[in-house]
Amino acid sequence: MHIAIIGNGVTGTTCARFIRKFSNYKITLISGETDHFFSRTALMYIYMGHMRYEDTKPYEDWFWKKNNIELKRAWVKNIDFAGKTLHFEKGDILNYDKLVIACGSKPNKFGWKGQDLKGVQGLYSYQDLELLEKNTQTKINRAVIVGGGLIGIELAEMLHSRHIPVTFLVREPNYWSNVLPEGEAKLVNNHIKEHGFDLRLSVNLDEIVADENGRAKAVKVKETGEIIECQLVGLTAGVSPNINWLKNTDLAIQRGIMVNLHQETNIADVYAGGDCAQFNDPVEGRRPIEQVWYTGKMQGKVIAENICGRKTQYDPGPWFNSAKFLDIEYQTYGVVFPNLQEEQQRFYWEHEDGKKCVDVVFQKDNRQFVGINVFGIRLRHELFDKFLREKKSVDYIMENLQAAAFDPEFFKYHEQEIISAFNQQTGANIQLKSKKGLKAFLSLMRR
Amino acid sequence: MSQVEKSLSIANPHPPHLNTQQKLSLGLTFVGILMIILPWLAGNFSTTDYRFLLLPALSLIGIGTLWYSYVSYKDIPEGIKNNGNYFNSLTNKGTLAWISGIVITGFYVCLYWFPQTLGLGVGGAANSGLVQMFDPLSYALNGKAASQWFVYGALYTLIILVLGVKFMIKYRHNRYQQIRTLSVMFFQTAFAFLIPEFLAKMNGDLAYFSKDMKNMWPLNYYFFEDWHLNNMLNGGNLGLFMLILGIAMILVISPLLTYFYGKRWYCSWVCGCGGLAETAGDPFRHLSDKSKEAWHIERILIYGILVFILFTTALVLTTYFTGNSFSFQMNPYLIICSLIVIAGILLFAEKKLYPEMPNKKSIITALVIVGTVSFFIIWKFIYTGQTFQFDTYKLRSWYAFFVGAAFSGVIGVGFYPLLGSRVWCRFGCPMAAILGLQQRFFSRFRITTNGAQCISCGNCSTYCEMGIDVRWYAQRGQDIVRSSCVGCGVCSAVCPRGVLKLENGPVESRKIIDISEDSGIRVNV
Ligand SMILES: Cc1cc2nc3c(=O)[nH]c(=O)nc-3n(C[C@H](O)[C@H](O)[C@H](O)COP(=O)(O)OP(=O)(O)OC[C@H]3O[C@@H](n4cnc5c(N)ncnc54)[C@H](O)[C@@H]3O)c2cc1C
Ligand code: SF4
Ligand code: SF4
Repeated sequence: MHIAIIGNGVTGTTCARFIRKFSNYKITLISGETDHFFSRTALMYIYMGHMRYEDTKPYEDWFWKKNNIELKRAWVKNIDFAGKTLHFEKGDILNYDKLVIACGSKPNKFGWKGQDLKGVQGLYSYQDLELLEKNTQTKINRAVIVGGGLIGIELAEMLHSRHIPVTFLVREPNYWSNVLPEGEAKLVNNHIKEHGFDLRLSVNLDEIVADENGRAKAVKVKETGEIIECQLVGLTAGVSPNINWLKNTDLAIQRGIMVNLHQETNIADVYAGGDCAQFNDPVEGRRPIEQVWYTGKMQGKVIAENICGRKTQYDPGPWFNSAKFLDIEYQTYGVVFPNLQEEQQRFYWEHEDGKKCVDVVFQKDNRQFVGINVFGIRLRHELFDKFLREKKSVDYIMENLQAAAFDPEFFKYHEQEIISAFNQQTGANIQLKSKKGLKAFLSLMRR
Repeated sequence: MSQVEKSLSIANPHPPHLNTQQKLSLGLTFVGILMIILPWLAGNFSTTDYRFLLLPALSLIGIGTLWYSYVSYKDIPEGIKNNGNYFNSLTNKGTLAWISGIVITGFYVCLYWFPQTLGLGVGGAANSGLVQMFDPLSYALNGKAASQWFVYGALYTLIILVLGVKFMIKYRHNRYQQIRTLSVMFFQTAFAFLIPEFLAKMNGDLAYFSKDMKNMWPLNYYFFEDWHLNNMLNGGNLGLFMLILGIAMILVISPLLTYFYGKRWYCSWVCGCGGLAETAGDPFRHLSDKSKEAWHIERILIYGILVFILFTTALVLTTYFTGNSFSFQMNPYLIICSLIVIAGILLFAEKKLYPEMPNKKSIITALVIVGTVSFFIIWKFIYTGQTFQFDTYKLRSWYAFFVGAAFSGVIGVGFYPLLGSRVWCRFGCPMAAILGLQQRFFSRFRITTNGAQCISCGNCSTYCEMGIDVRWYAQRGQDIVRSSCVGCGVCSAVCPRGVLKLENGPVESRKIIDISEDSGIRVNV
């Protein structure tokens, strides 16, 4: 049995590793991007000089040979699903028995005028990083970043580390406020400004203006008509599944490659997962397309199990995620919508330094906990996973906040303050359980 | 349009070049360092009295470094400061790194084997040059003229103090880092430097024994040597106290503390070698080698040295109590040949055991070790025509030479800019080996990982000065229980997703959490 995997990102790699654990099938892991799996999430750290490319590889180069996973560096041009054959750009072919498509995403471009000029780019692949390096070799007096999401702020931080002034064009009234509630979004606004970025809210890009050499020299803002001179434009208005190259085949595609919860596509023996996949009937409380690291990992594993004859469904459990906005870490457990739903209530606490906050959402009627956003505070994932699965009440969670604290030793813990604010805001009368640390956490987990 | 002008005028808070204050402060530090180097180099050729330079030199280094640290970090928000580490010549093994490596190495070679080049007066002669420069301070503290060790201790303490402050400003968002650094600064200044000097002054007429209460065997390898035991026994109350404390540290205090807190209580809260590595060595921590092969080399070296010191100490003690010395003669040529054969066998075994691993590093390490030892034998025995005598006294002088001086000093510190800050702690220190074994098998300490939040970015592994591939465990949601972990907490600090936490908890609850690998999130409690 020969398994071909297109894409050596986290999805494809996890899939390959687990197929190897479960079987001795022949595995070929294909990518046109790099020879070896690297951590896309660490691209920024290479540019900022925190790490080298080598350091972003989660497995050393000998790992693949040792585990008998064949690596192939090539772009797949098209797939002959009937003949079970991959056709590569260079003209060579590869036959497979089962195929896994984990081809990731592409940065969004919304048909802006000038979006393909020189000096205009997104940030997704290793090649994008090389391009950024090239684009910033000449003197950049100002860069403009269009789109305020998680990649936008990373790009801004990267340029900042190289002393390039950045202007940020964000469509929403506050940073990432299509995802974050107002309190958190404003906290992020302030932090971005604290770092000296020129943050423009509620504005759209009209067009990118070229100079005589076809290079970007300025952007025009739609709302004000203002022209901002710049030598680099970063387009970071989200990503979407990388599926253009698969259109007009038998493969069922909408926004992404359509799969069921077994990660099977409409074609037998063809599986898809990670950023490029779209569930036709998603798990409750989850989106049809999930473009984050851990979902790719989990889906890759589900594919491996199904290929190796252990019928398994994708079951990621309650939603969680994390990110970092410059110096402020962000974690979320459960679902916190930017706007409160009809039947929900919110508790919001912000530390006086403006760099830490807690936002808890729960049901008005039965006080069931719905979700939490924390900024500048670390919480234990396992415990919140358990709280959410067991549908605990918000009061129970607040009481046990100390057991969930994950900040390093000697940090200032704010639970007492938070509980007082909670009691005040929601009229509850909660006493903080004084137990903290690993032991308290373990005893709660055992319960 | 007014908004445009305003926003475009926002000053870049992160200018690409050093600002005036940074240049000035660096200049002061540099002048201070020159005031150390000048007497060192010139001392051998002239009889100029450099004592007047002591105060200016130490003050300039201190003020310059503190000022530089302050202006460098004051205007940027608190957070991780690793920008440009891999672009900077000093921190990315560039020219500056090599120059500093050579200068520091040179200093150590002079310190250990040619102290007269530093100006030490031999045979009762007065000091000159650099050592003389430190005489006033030495008289003030212990009532005697300075020795090369006094100079070394004073500079060592100064560096830990000023760079410790720099480290605390750099990590001002992290109280674990700050408190731990305060602790090493305190132990170095009080326990390693001041108290021993005062004790020496108060007990002026006693023969030398170690008065550094925290410097225990086997890091202090001469603790059980006959002369040292005798000096302690004849050292009055203080000597007896140091003897009892030394043994209690080894048998009771250290195992207890390691059981509760892991070896970090010593390695990154108390120890002087660790103190230097964490402060002066901080800019170089990412240079440690994370490969699995380096881990093999680490285990061979560190446990090899542990066996060496255990064996030596056992022989020395036997000789001490029985009065018999073991001694036999060996042909130096034979020794070199057997060294080469042993190295060959080890390399062959490694290739057989780990066929997938490229063993370039192992070969180089083996070559370097066998080469140095052979060179020493050739130089010492064959060239000078001495016969090679193998006895308990020789063995320990070999340990002192190869491990005590060459490894811990010359390579351990001199190679900071090339091999990372904890070379000695990781590959050589027998103390770390003992505490590590205990930490691995019998301690409540571990680093826990936060569910499935890890994004495999690799910051933790990169900034682990001990070369532990932290990510390997973190991305599988596994507790990190490694004998080499010194609990510096930097992996936890640099992790952008809040995944790691240093914790003490019931021993049996290690490896409690099993995430995503085989069954989603599962907690084995
Ligand atoms: C800058 C950045 C930061 C991010 N940070 C985070 C974060 O902090 N947390 C988080 O959860 N997620 C983050 N993400 C998202 C996360 O990286 C992705 O969800 C994840 O990498 C998707 O993995 P994948 O394996 O599905 O796809 P990919 O990693 O995109 O892998 C797909 C691979 O397939 C290759 N490929 C595609 N088509 C072909 C073809 N025709 N032939 C050959 N090879 C092909 C691609 O070149 C690529 O190497 C970030 C993404 C970016 C870009
Ligand atoms: S533990 Fe943190 S630093 Fe280490 S790889 Fe995971 S996310 Fe990155
Ligand atoms: S694993 Fe973490 S705490 Fe341990 S030595 Fe490495 S960086 Fe320090």
